[in-house]
Amino acid sequence: MSKGGRLATVTALFLVVVGLVVWAVAALLVPGVPGGVVNFTDAQAKGQPVHLTVQTVGSIGFGAHPTWVSYLVQDPKTGKWVHDTSWELPAHTVIDMTVYQYDSGSPLRNQEWGQVLGTIGHSATLNGKTFSTYNSNTGNGVGHTFAIPTLNISVPLVGVSGNPCAVAPCHFNSPHNIETFSFKTPGPGSYNWQCFVPCALGYLFGNGGAMSTQNYMGGELEVVNQ
Amino acid sequence: MTVEGPKASEENHLRRILYIWIALSVVLDLVFWFAIGPHIPPGRMTSTAKDNQFDFNVLMVIGLPVLIGVWEWLAYAAIKWNAKGKNTPESVGGPAAAGNKRAEVSWIVITTVVVLFLAGFGIVALYAGNGSGGGEGPNPIQQPAGAVKAETDAIQGTGSWSPNSNEVLPVQVIAQQWKFTYRYPTFGGFESPDLILPDNTQIAFNVTSLDVIHSFWAYQLEVKADANPLENNVAFTKTEQLGSFEVRCSELCGIWHGAMFNSGQVVSESAFMTWATNTESKNAQNTKNLPPFAWTYVPDANGAAGGYYPDGNVTPYSTVEIYGSKQPS
Repeated sequence: MSKGGRLATVTALFLVVVGLVVWAVAALLVPGVPGGVVNFTDAQAKGQPVHLTVQTVGSIGFGAHPTWVSYLVQDPKTGKWVHDTSWELPAHTVIDMTVYQYDSGSPLRNQEWGQVLGTIGHSATLNGKTFSTYNSNTGNGVGHTFAIPTLNISVPLVGVSGNPCAVAPCHFNSPHNIETFSFKTPGPGSYNWQCFVPCALGYLFGNGGAMSTQNYMGGELEVVNQ
Repeated sequence: MTVEGPKASEENHLRRILYIWIALSVVLDLVFWFAIGPHIPPGRMTSTAKDNQFDFNVLMVIGLPVLIGVWEWLAYAAIKWNAKGKNTPESVGGPAAAGNKRAEVSWIVITTVVVLFLAGFGIVALYAGNGSGGGEGPNPIQQPAGAVKAETDAIQGTGSWSPNSNEVLPVQVIAQQWKFTYRYPTFGGFESPDLILPDNTQIAFNVTSLDVIHSFWAYQLEVKADANPLENNVAFTKTEQLGSFEVRCSELCGIWHGAMFNSGQVVSESAFMTWATNTESKNAQNTKNLPPFAWTYVPDANGAAGGYYPDGNVTPYSTVEIYGSKQPS
């Protein structure tokens, strides 16, 4: 190869390596939005409360892990249930959340999560009745919690008797509890949310599987300026 | 064979290097100690943080002259013994230095003294002052005055704390995947996700876990204690400054390990008293549902409450082994 050819080859290889390094660094530094984000930012006028509706199911019934417990969210545009736990929300906005809880429960590992924390009014409603704490050692216990740790938000989701709904999305004719609560989003950023009930059956301490996999019992709130 | 002493020209070089080294070392050590040292992390928010900063600064004051000595020698050699220069004097050292008793003895004595001093200093620092060598762990050897009584009162449910009382305040740190919560046994045993501490108070952290191994690391407080299931790991510190601090888990504990952090605050004693009594009252309903205060808690052994599943089998529902039910009698 001629001197010019060798120089061109070395230069090209050098540029490729530099490009890869720049791409890798940029990918690490730029906060990425997880794929399949359900967008609530464009669903209503600026400043208006966002209505976010989710359901929890004991077993999703489809996909790679049909027996895993999971959340589903109602798409604000189509009204369809979507298996996605990454939600884009507008900043500094009230989020009115409704949870259809189709899963059974049991006593909490840590009853601290029986308290409603960080919501507007420090309370939630369970089938229309306001409550601020729930004793998980009674009734059907607590199935899950909806918690955003960095915002100190946590709401116990009271369990139902049995688990007759085997395939998501579940319908109202299956036993369920309806819980509602509101919270206000902070400034733009990425905030993880999760369940604090170790509900991944079959895994050590109940925290593997669905509890450690995105799109099941945890996800991200991508809070953005509207 | 007789060993010749250093020539007069070498003596001059060594003397010059020595004087420069002493002057630089004294000046930079003083600058570091008084101007930079007080700002070295983790700060001075607690007694342990202050001790840690002191230890680091002592090491730095000892290490700085060594660093200066090496750099000065390099710089001196590059300037004075540069082979490109005209009439370059003979460099000090090299084969001529072999067998130089003064150099050998000085080197051995100085390095031995420095290393032995640092070893002794490190041992004392670890053992005394509630360091991790003696003042932490399930059975700490070193305990601050009043700690045994405060801890005993806490487990018996008879503890008390009030501003300006100089009483030790026990605070329980409960780790679980993936959040820390805190119990205050002297205030009815309420549990909170907030860690608020009174200023000018000896704190006894009692750290445990409800599942896997975590580590409670309050960096600005200079408190770091492993959170092990069924272990009560004790760590002491005394708050000495108002301000906020960060708590992080420093043991890789699962998918949300990176999100397992929160901030805490050291507030005035009266502000703490107000917060604690208000929270005790506000949380009273939930506190009744908590297990009685215990040093460790046995996680529930049933389904969704999160029992152990070593063999992959789900044990049937049980109301017996719920969180906290198995505690020391």
